Amino acid sequence: MVSAVKRLAAGLLAVVGAASVGWDGAAEAQTSVKIGYAISRTGPAAGGAAVTTIPNYELWVKEVNAGGGLKLGDKRVPIEVVQYDDRSSAEEAAKALERLITQDKVDFILPPWGTGLNLAVGPILNKAGYPHIASTAVTDRAPELAKRWPNSFWLLGTSADAAKTLVELLVKLRTEGKIGDTVAMASIADGFGIDLSGAARPALTAAKFKLAYDKTYPVGTQDLSPIINEVKALNPDVFIAFSYPPDTIAITEQSRISGFNPKIFYTGVGTAFPLFKQKFGANAEGVMGIGGWNGDSPAIKDYLARHKASAANGAEPDRWASAVTYAGLQMLQQAIERVGKVDRAAVINDLQSGTFDTVIGKVKLENNMPTKYWWVGQWQDGEFYGVGPSGNEGARAPVVPKPAWKAQ
Amino acid sequence: MSSTQITTGAICLAAVVALAFAPMIVDAYHLALAISLLQFTVLATAWGMFSGPTRYVSLATTAFFGVGAYTVAVLGEQLPWSLVLLIAAAIGAVMAVIVGLSTLRLSGVHFVIFTFGLAELVRQIVVWYEVNMTRVLGRYVFVDITQNDIYWQLLTLAVIVFGTGWLIARSRFGFALRIIGEDETVARHCGINVTIAKVALFTITATFMTLVGAIMAPRFTYIEPSIAFNATISFEVVIMALLGGAHRLWGPALGAIPLTLLFDFLSARFPSTSTLIMGVVFLLIVYALPSGVVGLWEKLKAWRPTASKMRGAQA
Repeated sequence: MVSAVKRLAAGLLAVVGAASVGWDGAAEAQTSVKIGYAISRTGPAAGGAAVTTIPNYELWVKEVNAGGGLKLGDKRVPIEVVQYDDRSSAEEAAKALERLITQDKVDFILPPWGTGLNLAVGPILNKAGYPHIASTAVTDRAPELAKRWPNSFWLLGTSADAAKTLVELLVKLRTEGKIGDTVAMASIADGFGIDLSGAARPALTAAKFKLAYDKTYPVGTQDLSPIINEVKALNPDVFIAFSYPPDTIAITEQSRISGFNPKIFYTGVGTAFPLFKQKFGANAEGVMGIGGWNGDSPAIKDYLARHKASAANGAEPDRWASAVTYAGLQMLQQAIERVGKVDRAAVINDLQSGTFDTVIGKVKLENNMPTKYWWVGQWQDGEFYGVGPSGNEGARAPVVPKPAWKAQ
Repeated sequence: MSSTQITTGAICLAAVVALAFAPMIVDAYHLALAISLLQFTVLATAWGMFSGPTRYVSLATTAFFGVGAYTVAVLGEQLPWSLVLLIAAAIGAVMAVIVGLSTLRLSGVHFVIFTFGLAELVRQIVVWYEVNMTRVLGRYVFVDITQNDIYWQLLTLAVIVFGTGWLIARSRFGFALRIIGEDETVARHCGINVTIAKVALFTITATFMTLVGAIMAPRFTYIEPSIAFNATISFEVVIMALLGGAHRLWGPALGAIPLTLLFDFLSARFPSTSTLIMGVVFLLIVYALPSGVVGLWEKLKAWRPTASKMRGAQA
């Protein structure tokens, strides 16, 4: 029984002791804008964060500070960064954000990487009244979440929209007589694969495509050759893989080896990564995948050059969420500068209603979501151009059929 | 009851009441920290309650934690909260009985490996079900539970866990467990049904772990198997309980509290190298404190009187 007393006393001391440490950091004159973020530097989400998120945060802060800082009224105020590692854990991310808000008293918070972590921190940012610009989260509940948390902005759209755009493109190509109507679909048994295949399945059936193959494979599958061999035997016109980066590479590699070359070859997350081009070189040509950007626009070309100059080892951005992440930062900056002071409610208001000039073009949100997304991209002449939706500014015509694999 | 017992009981009660008011005075960050502290205190204490007397090292903590969290993800929006918790506890208990009956005959390293596999097995079953049956993998937990509610629920659970541990230690059941821990063959010869005793203890402690998962779920908002069945939790709990000392009821808490605070301090001060430093700290703990804080304390207690006696003899 003595034991229990000690434990409780220790717990009490810990709470009280920790609380007393926190009472510092009194309000000071606005000599800097404190921007905080918790990002996955370790754990399963570290790879995605290292490609898509961290280089953009660093690029943006460096550029803003090189220009004197954020413009608040008639003076410029530099950005001061406070950052933590969320260790790819929802609990850790939640705690880190609560620390940023109550201990570090940051002025604004940049989002974590990935769908799960963005959803995990949503309620905290909403309660504390911080704008939440989720630029790496794809969720079908985005419209509902935007209503639930009016401070949250979902820049990457919904997976249902992604699948719908892909099917629309297929319908158009079939009408043009470029492809037939047999489709083979493989998807990873994880959030992304399930959501996308779940949306694509009814859309394909409704568009009267013949789904010759429709199977899932577990996360971490190393050998994908059985799937490719089985699909190759069915000789489909269209092959769709809703895959994650490791399997995107493995599926493409296996298809090249076994000479499986359908008219349309589409793979999932990772197709838009610079790594894909490095790995496959000329064989990337004609491969379609999720994402894409307007590679001919001067803004994108300029962004690509600046990103390469700023990132470690001259790393290139990915051709999907990277530019969107950077655009999200530009939107935050423009909203803050238009408001002219650290007034988070006003900044949220401006994000909801304002028009923003970004690397991905003019953005005006409707119900806290953009109206235009790139959903289908294709490697053409060493660049991953957006091809769908075809109505987007800068959309290229898809190259169909895909050229044959070259011997390496 | 002796007067010292009444006094300690009163102090305990006062401490719990004081802790219950913590959410009123601390800010969101310290509330989050307090939630972490309680979470790991309950998990490590429950772990120690089973592993202390039986000396089984279980890595199944996250299997039960995850089942609790998933129960909330599936039923949270449809049923009243207390019912959801009851169902979660029931599922955890049933699972523990099945697992216990089939595995507690295993000993040593076989049991460790099995329990580690169990978490992965449960996770794969959930994935298979979601992929093939419901065709959604991530689930959203939108229930009307505030951070304060989570804190109070965990505090209540902590009180129940310590109460249960205290009662077990003073019961015939607890006596039987101590004999099993000393020598299983002797226990069997004394007429103790070893299997039933072990399964019962495993079930009780696993139910507590399941409840922790269920109570914590509303903090996640979004749950998928990789979040709910995070193997790190199992390892952290083992390390905390071993640091504290699993052979005393209050031992694991003495490991859980400083380590949770240490993790938090490291991730705040050394955001990019915290994992590395943690590894070094673990190594130091294992080398410097092989029998845990409790062991150290008991050694000190045993050493002091001897030292004074010796001095007395010299004089």
